[in-house]
Amino acid sequence: MPLEKISQVRGQAVNVPGDDIDTDRIIPARFMKCVTFDGLGEYLFHDVRYDSKGQPRDHSLNDPRFANASIMLSGTNFGCGSSREHAPQSLYRAGFRAIIAGNFAEIFFGNSINLGMPCVSISEDQRKQLAGIIEESPELDITINLLDSKIHASDHQFAFKLKDGARESLINGKWDPIDELLGKGEAIEEVAKLLIYK
Amino acid sequence: MEKYNLFQKVWRHHSVGLLDNGQTQLFVGRHLIHEVTSPQAFGMLREMNLPVRYPERTFATVDHIVPTDEVKEPYSDPLADAMIKELRENCAKTGVTFFDIDSGKQGIVHVVGPEQGLTQPGMTIACGDSHTSTHGAFGAIAFGVGTSQVRDLLATQTLALSPLKVRRIEVNGHLQPGVYAKDVILHIIRKLGVNGGTGYAYEYAGDVFDQFSMEERMTACNMSIEGGARVGYVNPDEKTFAYLNGKPYSPKHENWEKAVTVWSSFASDKGCDYEDIVLFNAADISPTVTWGINPSQAISVEEKIPDPRELTGAEASSAIEALDYMKLSAGSDIKGTAIDVAFIGSCTNGRISDLEEVASKLNGHKVKTGVKAIVVPGSQVVSKIAEEKGLDEIFKNAGFEWRNAGCSMCLAMNPDKLIGDQLCASSSNRNFKGRQGSPTGRTMLMSPLMVAAAAIRGEVADSREVFSN
Repeated sequence: MPLEKISQVRGQAVNVPGDDIDTDRIIPARFMKCVTFDGLGEYLFHDVRYDSKGQPRDHSLNDPRFANASIMLSGTNFGCGSSREHAPQSLYRAGFRAIIAGNFAEIFFGNSINLGMPCVSISEDQRKQLAGIIEESPELDITINLLDSKIHASDHQFAFKLKDGARESLINGKWDPIDELLGKGEAIEEVAKLLIYK
Repeated sequence: MEKYNLFQKVWRHHSVGLLDNGQTQLFVGRHLIHEVTSPQAFGMLREMNLPVRYPERTFATVDHIVPTDEVKEPYSDPLADAMIKELRENCAKTGVTFFDIDSGKQGIVHVVGPEQGLTQPGMTIACGDSHTSTHGAFGAIAFGVGTSQVRDLLATQTLALSPLKVRRIEVNGHLQPGVYAKDVILHIIRKLGVNGGTGYAYEYAGDVFDQFSMEERMTACNMSIEGGARVGYVNPDEKTFAYLNGKPYSPKHENWEKAVTVWSSFASDKGCDYEDIVLFNAADISPTVTWGINPSQAISVEEKIPDPRELTGAEASSAIEALDYMKLSAGSDIKGTAIDVAFIGSCTNGRISDLEEVASKLNGHKVKTGVKAIVVPGSQVVSKIAEEKGLDEIFKNAGFEWRNAGCSMCLAMNPDKLIGDQLCASSSNRNFKGRQGSPTGRTMLMSPLMVAAAAIRGEVADSREVFSN
């Protein structure tokens, strides 16, 4: 089945400030007791969004102004910790289609690209400026354009970084590699035969 | 002659070819799975109507959700029960070997792989778990993957990946008594940061790693990912081969000699290139304790808790957030911080040598009244050896609970959880907010012996003082 060619993501954005936001924060481990990813969106950032009685706390993800956000802005080392795909899955299932941060933990980054969810990096100054724009105009649609590698927010533009391989995979609709991997059956067998271990 | 490091050699040996986007299609010779990150992958295969391509290359165990004080199924937690049944059924249907609860081989996937001899030098090893870097202790390239990649592995035994840069980290000289592999890796992460290793494989070397046992090497490699490095490894040597000799899945008889020759050939060539080299002095490392909410927020047990006013930028704001969450005061001694729970176990420090080291010091000591102290062996094999040596009795006599094998309170997906804002002295690997099962629970990472010292004193203590006799 051909995949969508993702050359841009457009939507409202929400700022979730902080560095080193780890995968346990994004989706606490107790919500991983499941055999499918269905319903994980509900638990996104659960323990920082709700208190021990289940009452919503003051958190941007609980702010009705950002209820329709599909782009998240955060700090450095976003998604560090566990390899759990449950983290990007919970973001995706909560409606997010792209993440903007200072930089990303490697496994999280790969997992997100595999879902067709671009993760783009911008500097601290750019993040501050973009956060200001979002706070001032929560309803504003911003665009992450993978063709010119820029975030467009009203009349502002922010050049972002995204690894070349990931960018091309998204633009060319090859972000899920399974078909290409499956197509190399003979070459795979050749490598397998050369190994001393089975 | 061209010189290569181990990462480059293993990578090249397993490369199938380049993909359209420039990534490498990498053959992964050993695939390990567990109940949390595999059921969705099997589901995806069923949806795509794909078989498991090389079932003999995948091995399964159950670790994250298993209760450690309950043996009989069905488990009292229906979700946990459904997960183990799903894994059992997926393995049975696809021909994947499953080290089930009744196998005598069940345990934490990163303890089971090495002790079964499934982890060998020169391999590529992947598992849907970030602590897969543990297996790098054998000179393998081992890394964590997401569930979609577990699907790719089941379907093709390959992944789409980009190569990593290699940083050589040498720790030279001699460690002081009472300083362990856990202290070494916490020190490295403290100095290089939680994202210092992003994009890198860490090659650990130097006097200290040469002298380390295989289990100590595993402890250090295990936490590579806490420093941002997806891969951490030690070049294979005689210790590696001696450890593997006679393990159930190790090469046997005439295959052994050949294997040792091939394994040796994967070691980094003398004078090969590295992206960079970082040097540490072993004498600078003390028993180390974390005070914050990420593993780089660590200090020597002799130091005072950092004052955010003396830090700058992101470090300062992160420290403010950490101290607030941990309910600790800047400038106070870390020693003397009262604890509620003590946990010895996990893929970092749940091996037999960890338990032996602690048990050898416990004579005459008792866990402080009011402290809940548990010991969770990393696997059923570890548990059996420990019980044969009478370590379980030593722990129980000292006031520890002796549990069954599993991940347990490292991430609290089973019933072993902190309650409220309890503070846990833990031999595990992550001190993230809420990591140990309570949204306000607090974790301080340290070596198993430091955990035991804290359990006995009821507060963070210097193990060298507690066990001075």
